[in-house]
Parts: sequence; structure tokens; C-alpha cells
Amino acid sequence: MAEKRLRILVAKPGLDGHDRGAKIIARALRDGGFEVIYTGLHQTPEMIAEAAVQEDVDAVGLSILSGAHMTLFPEVIRLLTERGAGDVAVFGGGIIPDEDSAKLKTLGVRQVFTPGASTEDIVKWVGENVQPRD
Amino acid sequence: MSTKQEWLAKVYNRGKERPVRFSTLSDMEVEPLYTPEDVKGDYASALGHPGEYPYTRGVYESMYRGRLWTMRQFAGFGLAEDTNERFRFLLAQGQDGLSTAFDMPTLMGYDADHERSMGEVGREGVNVTSIHDVGRLFDQIPMGKVSTSMTVNCSASALLAMYLVQAERTGVPWEQVSGTIQNDMLKEFTAQKEWICPPAPSLRIVTDMVEFCAKKAPRFHPVSISGYHIREAGSTAVQELAFTIADGLCYVQDAVSRGIDVDDFAPRLSFFWDLHSDFLEEIAKLRAGRRMWARYLKERFGAKNPRSMMLRTHAQTAGVSLTAQQPMNNIVRVAIQALAGVLGGVQSLHTNSMDETLALPTEQSVMVALRTQQIIAEETGVTNTIDPLGGSYAIEALTDRMEREATEYINKIDELGGMLKAIEVGYPQREIAEAAFLYQRQLEQGVKTVVGVNKYSIPEEIPIEVLKIDPAMEERQIQRVRKMKRERNSTALKEALKRVAEACRSGENLMEPICEAVRRDATVGEISDIYRAEFGVYKDPGWI
Repeated sequence: MAEKRLRILVAKPGLDGHDRGAKIIARALRDGGFEVIYTGLHQTPEMIAEAAVQEDVDAVGLSILSGAHMTLFPEVIRLLTERGAGDVAVFGGGIIPDEDSAKLKTLGVRQVFTPGASTEDIVKWVGENVQPRD
Repeated sequence: MSTKQEWLAKVYNRGKERPVRFSTLSDMEVEPLYTPEDVKGDYASALGHPGEYPYTRGVYESMYRGRLWTMRQFAGFGLAEDTNERFRFLLAQGQDGLSTAFDMPTLMGYDADHERSMGEVGREGVNVTSIHDVGRLFDQIPMGKVSTSMTVNCSASALLAMYLVQAERTGVPWEQVSGTIQNDMLKEFTAQKEWICPPAPSLRIVTDMVEFCAKKAPRFHPVSISGYHIREAGSTAVQELAFTIADGLCYVQDAVSRGIDVDDFAPRLSFFWDLHSDFLEEIAKLRAGRRMWARYLKERFGAKNPRSMMLRTHAQTAGVSLTAQQPMNNIVRVAIQALAGVLGGVQSLHTNSMDETLALPTEQSVMVALRTQQIIAEETGVTNTIDPLGGSYAIEALTDRMEREATEYINKIDELGGMLKAIEVGYPQREIAEAAFLYQRQLEQGVKTVVGVNKYSIPEEIPIEVLKIDPAMEERQIQRVRKMKRERNSTALKEALKRVAEACRSGENLMEPICEAVRRDATVGEISDIYRAEFGVYKDPGWI
């Protein structure tokens, strides 16, 4: 049986417009052989969870540079669970201090990438850690 | 003496050459040597003396010998009182102008008590919901003497109205108020991405402000045409230059199309460039920008007042060049970038603080950043003579080349029907995303170096102290906003907001109705809601 291509939602929550990273990651993941859906800017956690369910993705990558990561990551996970999609792997990146990153992992965020991470590392991590759902 | 080609073939090629790519940060290839053969154009038409057309060597006759640049550090966080305290600290340290950073809700046109503001109030800048916050922000600061820059775009009309009405309340007439409001909506769609309504109505609001300031607040700069965000979004230096000048041409064209004389507003347009790490490229960009703007204003728009042709600019060191790794290295980057700005002849400068990739800067790191400017101004001697690098073969050749390549981009934008149309079809957006992706790839392949990141990295980072924002502050601001909304005269407010909506429909200049609305305690969010209802909401096409 042919292996199913992983579907990844790259999402940009919050009010800020820092989408340079999100777009680069989206493109690198696409070049890395995944199916990528990019939400565009200014998404609410509801919009992201809804898109993840609609698009039937295997993982959601959140890009957050506004400092609101401690509010936004757990909220997206909560809303995914509420929609019966708690098994979607949530990972992300941005300006996230180490102590927050450790705390986010205990709250169910699978991986946090910080400034300096290469697109190669991220593509590799997704390939090795994200499982197709069902 | 041999020609350059002969020298390259016979002499240079005998020497060694390191196996690296000799190109600028924007990947423009650089030749081993520039000679008089590379410098075309005669002195008078290509350069001119400082203060003379085409202003390549500087817009003012005596430049820094007459007056140093304005040292203007961007600041804002938490509640208006917190930022007011930082403003007064900066003024006490010898800074001579203020620059306000607003939080995301203010910048996007949402009040502190809106659900979309959750977790973002006061976090990346100061929250301003109503004129009462503007009063707190400028408490004990003489609004008629200190010039203030406000970095705000899609909600700029509300903020300008609040600023002017607050000045009026403290007894300062509008004619005396000086300052700058960024208000450059075109670059929002290509780079910074703060918007409310689609590009065309956004441009109309900008032009309303240009017209209003020309008539009512003549010392205020109604637009700061910004390359900064374009570059930070990942463009090359040439794209920054081209798209910024093209944005400026679009604003001028729009105002002229309304029948406003170019010389009645162009002298109050100002610019805002990024200062990145490639020293020669940045200096060349600043010089090319001045020459291009002067020529376009004179030749395309028939400006007669020399001040209309002068590209006066603020500049800021490149936030994107700062590294979270080994953050002390950022002090050095900032110093070199700031020096490029000064050698490029800027009028106003912000130097970033070393800790800004991690959080808003601490007072200590802001002081080092300001001292960097003071050291350049008062210790290095580079201010003694004007445009000291003018006439350098390399600088002049690079200046010419940047002008040539940026002009090609502008011609392409003209063919698309101007910048508004180019934005609507996503042309600059795609060009910038492409450049950002290529740079990232070069970085990962080691073609480009960032010290401490892809070279000379260390296993254990030394932690530095960062500024923490008290999360309780958000709740305080929300309560304060709710109380204000309960206590104001809602009948008078409704009437005033209705007038703003009518002006949106009729085409009447929006600024007088907005000033009247803020006098009645209309908030940033309420004015933005009118735009949403009347003009529609712009949605990110999400091009990748």
C-alpha cells in the first residue's frame, strides 16, 4: 500500500503580522514532501482548530512571535480535543523562552522550535514524529 | 597603467582568492575592485553638493555639522503610565524625540476589552484604547516641544485624532504640533501585515490624512514611507529600495489626483529605512534612495519646491539581524548598522537593544543602544565632514547599481498599473517571500554566515536578564476601559460615530469627524469597527 502523505496545517494565530517564519516553514515542509495548508495571518484558536478538522490534517504547526504562546498553544489543543481531534500533533515555533517551552511540552505541545532552528531540522522532526491519523 | 580588465586578468588572478561567495547580504555579487571606470555620470548631475539636487550627498547643506540626527528610541509596553515613565527616562538620558510602540490590539484596531485582544494587551507595546490613554501617555511631556513619532498604520487615523485633540486640551494649537505617524498602509499589505479593510479604501484613508495635515497640522508628517518592514519580511536591499519608492509614488499620485498641489504636501512626507549588516550595501541604498526620490518628484510630478524632492529619513537597525544566541554580539551588530546609517546621511535613528529577540528591552540595554549613537556622534569623528564616503569608487558604483536595479522593479510596477494594483495581484508579496526563502536556504547551506548561529556557536548560552510584563496589567486596562465606556455620554458618542460612517460613504475627509468622535470618547476599536462595516475586512490571501 502506498504510504499516505502527511497533511500539515501551518497556522499563524494572534494579531501580529510576523509571517516570514511561517511562510518559510510552510514552503520547506511542502518541498519536503508533505501536503501543506497555510492558514494565513490573524487566526483565532477556533479558526485554527476548525481548519485542522475540516482539512483532516495529521499535525498543526503554530508560529507565534507575539509573546502570547502560553495562552494560544493550550487553547488550540483544548479546541482540537473538544472536536475529537486530540490526536493531531501540535508543534510550533517562535520567540519562546526555554522555561515556557518546557511547560508547553507538559501541556501537550509535541515540539517547540526556537530562533536558529533550521528548516531541515523541522522537516526531519515532522517526518520522524508525526504519524498519519487512522 | 593597465585597464581594469587587464589588471583583473594579469595581476589579480595571480593572487589567492578564498573559496567563498563574494556577494552582499542581499546576494548582489561584488567585484574585487572598483575603479574610475565603474563610476559613470558627472558629479553635478549624479551627486551634487549636499543640500543640492539630486541630494545624493545629503539633503541638508551642513548635515551633521549643523545638527546631529535625532536620537529617537522606539518604546512602549504595558499601560500608558508605564510607557510614560520610560519616555521620561529616555528624555532625561539625552534623547530628543519620542517614538511610540503600540500593542497589537491598538495596532489592529481592537479595544483592550475585545475578545481578540486576549493575552496581547500591553505585551508588544503600549495599549491605547481611548483619548484618556493618550493623556496618560504624554503626562508631563510638553506636546508642543517634543516631537513624537507614532508607529501605527491601519488605526492611525484614530490615533492621530487622539493625539491632536489631547494637544488641544493641553493648550497646544494644532499648528504647533510636530511629529510623525507611520500610516504607510501599502507596505502593510506587502510586509508588516496590519490591516483592517482592503488596499483601496486603506489608501483613501491615508490620503485623507495627508490632505488634513497639509491644511490643519502643517508641522505633522502624515506618512512615513517605510522600507523597514519590507526588509524585515525578507526582501533584498534593492527590493526594499524599489518597493518603498514605489509606495511613495503611489501616495503622491493619489493626493495629486485629488487636486492637491504636490508642493503642498510632499515636503512633509518622510521615509523610514532598515539598516542591515552589509555596510556598503546599506550606505549605497540610502544614497540611491535620495537621488531616485528627487528625480521622480521633479520629473514625474513636476515638483518645484526643493523640499518636496528631499528624501528625509528615519532609520532603524535591523531587528531581524539580532540573534537570540550570544545576545551580547548584538551590541556590535547594532553599532556597525548605525554607523552605516550615519554615513548614509539619515535624519533620525533608532538603535536596537541587544535583548530584543527575547523580549522588550530592559532599561539597561536601551541605555547601551542610545550610548552607541552618542559614541558615533561624539567620539568617532564621522560627523565632521559631510558624506565622507562620497566619491569612493565602490560606494558610487554600488549606488548606481542599486538605483538601476530598483528602477527596473519600479518600471515593472508601473506596467502593472502602480503599486496598489501590484499589491492586489500579490506581486511584491511573492517577490519578498521568494527572497526570504532563498536567504534562509543560503543560511542553512552556510553560504551566508550569522556569527553565533551557523558558525562559532557555543553549547551553553549565557542567560541574560529580560524584561517581564506583569500579566495583571491586562485585567486592569480592561476594567478601566469598561468603566470609561459605562460613564461616557452615549447619545453624543453615537451621533459622532454616525458622522464618521457617513463620511466613509460620502467621500468627505474623515479626519474632522474622527476628531469629533474621539472628543466624545470614541475608542480605537469603535472607529475601526466603522471601517470594517463600511469598507469590509481584508483577509490574508496566505501566498506562500
